[in-house]
Amino acid sequence: MDLQALSEFFRSLWGLWLMILFLGIVAYAFWPRNKDRLERYGDMPLRDDDDEERR
Amino acid sequence: MTQATMAHGAQRAAAPVYYEDVIKKFVLAATFWGIVGFLAGVYIAFQLAYPVLNLGLEWTSFGRLRPVHTSAVIFAFGGNVLIGTSFYVVQRTCRASLFGGRGLANFIFWGYQLFIVLAALSYVLGYTDGKEYAEPEWIVDLWLTIVWVAYITAFVGTLLKREEPHIYVANWFYLGFMVTVAMLHLGNNLAVPVSLFGMKSYGLFSGVQDALIQWWYGHNAVGFFLTAGFLGIMYYFIPKRANRPVYSYRLSIVHFWALIFLYIWAGPHHLHYTALPDWAQTLGMTFSVMLWMPSWGGMINGLMTLSGAWDKLRTDPVMRFLVTAVAFYGMATFEGPMMSIKSVNSLSHYTDWTVGHVHSGALGWVAFISFGALYYLVPVLWKRKSLYSMRLVSLHFWIATLGILLYITAMWISGIMQGLMWRAYDEYGFLQYSFIETVEAMHPYYVIRGIGGVLFLAGALVMVYNFFRTIRGDVRKEAPYETTAAVAARG
Repeated sequence: MDLQALSEFFRSLWGLWLMILFLGIVAYAFWPRNKDRLERYGDMPLRDDDDEERR
Repeated sequence: MTQATMAHGAQRAAAPVYYEDVIKKFVLAATFWGIVGFLAGVYIAFQLAYPVLNLGLEWTSFGRLRPVHTSAVIFAFGGNVLIGTSFYVVQRTCRASLFGGRGLANFIFWGYQLFIVLAALSYVLGYTDGKEYAEPEWIVDLWLTIVWVAYITAFVGTLLKREEPHIYVANWFYLGFMVTVAMLHLGNNLAVPVSLFGMKSYGLFSGVQDALIQWWYGHNAVGFFLTAGFLGIMYYFIPKRANRPVYSYRLSIVHFWALIFLYIWAGPHHLHYTALPDWAQTLGMTFSVMLWMPSWGGMINGLMTLSGAWDKLRTDPVMRFLVTAVAFYGMATFEGPMMSIKSVNSLSHYTDWTVGHVHSGALGWVAFISFGALYYLVPVLWKRKSLYSMRLVSLHFWIATLGILLYITAMWISGIMQGLMWRAYDEYGFLQYSFIETVEAMHPYYVIRGIGGVLFLAGALVMVYNFFRTIRGDVRKEAPYETTAAVAARG
């Protein structure tokens, strides 16, 4: 099997590669060790300067 | 000066100077085009009920005014909201001033308004390339390409000079919207002009390929223009208004990537039972059904941000707009995948049900989240203590909600009735109804839909008045919106 044929074979499995990539992202997002760091990013809009509507 | 305010002052001096003049312009333009678009919608709705409103003139016929309505609400109202809010959000969450500054920002603003005017004029004069939501002819398309590249440059430039190490998730959604719209715009508008100085062009593709490219564009205009961009608004303005972080930042990451991976494949569901190969139709249906997951994940993330602060729905009408928008998002994204299932689609396709579905998304989700963001932005940008009147915001909310309900229920009944009439056979196997009988049966629902549109427009005019007085610096003397009971309940 030459390189050309190998490349064509692996390219035909694009759906699988994308799925693995996506599952990787999900694993990264929900990896327990990443929890605190990622959830802290949620505060970013709230650490804004406060020249805004005062109610 | 107390110590606290001095410390506060020192902190403020260190903060970057945000360029906000252009955002004010986008807010005003969005408000203006919103009224134009809603008015056009009301007018063509009544044209369907009373054809005499076509006036017998080519320029005011339904076929020419309909793209004026769709482009005005999607690209003029929605587009100005998206560009304006994205400039606001990207500067604040990056703690950096807008890349390109005043010059680039104003080129983007005026360039985009020119695109809108050119597009609307060309439709009325009869120039169109006949592709739904991508009607402008090639010259106008080229102009939009230039403006869009400038827009991406300003946005990405600001991201690159950010002071924050992390890029906040709202910006991911905005960037996904910009990049995908650029790709869709270029892909669907590949065309060969007939002459160098003429408006007419012919698309590069033909037949079923052309149809597939068109609905790859069309559905992703919904997925990335009307969804991803406005999700950016959701992820910034709901936490900001509620003063609480988003329910789960990790869920927002998965929401983003799931949306990106799935949405782009859903287009073929617009071509069920056509010349498009059957496998492609099934593929489009499957991906549409899978979209339930990111859509509802995102909806839950938006709604649960209010968890523990649900009283804000009662005490803050601006919050009510933002949160009701997310609820409509959940409803429309439940209905959409259902309608993409082939057996359901065989009833719903080409009927008013589709029109009702689009409007529950467009009025309920897109317009409501936009109103919420605009109500938030106007006092902030013009440095006013508060909006002119919270009670008017509440009035706007209820008028508009009633309008939407009239609109979508009328279209559900009319659409399903229409679909059932089209497929009814008599005992000899002949079609039971002629086409004109179905049109006649829909007339009362067309009138109800038009009334719904009038209410929605009236609500928006209340908003315009509220903005006008807020910008003038007036505050209405009214009983405070938060009742004693409500404040007590919040503790």
